[in-house]
Amino acid sequence: MADEVKTVDTTDEHPLLPLVARRLQFAIDGRQIIRDVSFRIESSGRTVILGPNGAGKSVMLRLLHGLLRPTGGELHWGELSVARARGQQAMVSQQPVLLRRTVTGNLRHVLNVKGIAKERHQAMVEAALQQAGLDGLGPRAARTLSGGQQQRLAIARACVLRPEVLLLDEPTANLDPAAVRGVEEMVRAVAAAGTKILMTTHDIAQARRLADDVMFLNQGRLLEHASAQAFFESPQDPLAARFLAGELVG
Amino acid sequence: MNEFSSAVGSALSMIATLDADLVEIVLLSLQVSLAAVAIASVVALPLGALIALQQFPGRRAVIILLNALMGLPPVVVGLMVYLLLSRAGPLGSMGLLFTPTAMVIAQSIIVLPIIAALARQTIADLHEEYDEYLRSLGCTPLQSVATLLRDGRFRLLTAVMAGFGRAIAEVGAVIIVGGNIQHSTRVMTTTIALETSKGNLALALGLGLVLVTLALGVNATALLVSDAARRRYG
Repeated sequence: MADEVKTVDTTDEHPLLPLVARRLQFAIDGRQIIRDVSFRIESSGRTVILGPNGAGKSVMLRLLHGLLRPTGGELHWGELSVARARGQQAMVSQQPVLLRRTVTGNLRHVLNVKGIAKERHQAMVEAALQQAGLDGLGPRAARTLSGGQQQRLAIARACVLRPEVLLLDEPTANLDPAAVRGVEEMVRAVAAAGTKILMTTHDIAQARRLADDVMFLNQGRLLEHASAQAFFESPQDPLAARFLAGELVG
Repeated sequence: MNEFSSAVGSALSMIATLDADLVEIVLLSLQVSLAAVAIASVVALPLGALIALQQFPGRRAVIILLNALMGLPPVVVGLMVYLLLSRAGPLGSMGLLFTPTAMVIAQSIIVLPIIAALARQTIADLHEEYDEYLRSLGCTPLQSVATLLRDGRFRLLTAVMAGFGRAIAEVGAVIIVGGNIQHSTRVMTTTIALETSKGNLALALGLGLVLVTLALGVNATALLVSDAARRRYG
């Protein structure tokens, strides 16, 4: 099972695809968090990493983004190592880290760090604000926005330079349904613009709404990787089937 | 009680009429302490950032030492600076002993660990929060430090103000290295000590009032700035 490379295949052209993991492992303090995970993702669109709490979803996302180093196995984004691919990626955490600045200041920070010419800032900031539905809120302190607005700002900030890959770690945890809808619409729009989405969630309904393909993770093991339709209609793994049936697994 | 009331009255009168001696002493005190805090900040803020962000052997020991140095006894600092600057000392040829410069040196040494330790804590806390975002964005170490200093600026200002509060209220070191020479190195704290021993309570009280007002002002400003920043930026 561990050696088997699970593949979801399309023919999309993407500079960082295929994403290939072989026998990926991550352990900390002697505790194995990710266990011999192998997969291959060739499709752009939205990949949802689904699983119960403690499955290793957030750790997996951080490994894919290079914020954590695997303790075993291999990981490549197309021809690039994880470290080199990170420059073309962006990540948004469950609790977005917004700088103690205005909304505009948060967006400008990315542009400054990446050395974008000042004369381009205004147009890019306005486009990002519009994308996030935050028009007119530019001068507001970012941390005074509502939870949903903060998450949309974090996504807009991550996408202000149009990354090839956007990694989202439980982006709607603790948000109310209206705020969830806003974030999900934004995720769809970002994906439609050509950015590959990799997103974690434990919310089955959200995975149904957003996923093009699903990776089901439990206790650090990848139990199933399939197209969303195949996964939800006829899950192959018994534990995945029980999870989808609403049983408590983990 | 009568003597006390009379002294308070005279002190208030000196403040109200901007007594020349009192103004001279207050201005010199401000000059020395502001210079000391400025010099200490130039060293302490980057030092605090360095210790907060860099991993190196003995880092924990350095943090413990820095925190311990916050309670550095001023008279010991005064003695060390005195020995350095005295005619027989290694820097004696510079002729700095019993000058305001010597007082600035002593106060800088006293407040440097305070500003550095508070800055380190501020930057370390902020770094813990921002670390993943900064790494995800691919910030260089310099860009990370710039971001942390910018976002921590109000809390760092509080650290600098704490240093100023300590400097302006310091007496032990400046009396040793300054000598409390009239019209030359006499500052508020040393004058209060001297005039009280001479029984000239009016000037001592007047300076005491100014000193307390300054200390309150600094603390109030630090609190207001910090509160305003928290309200404004979260």
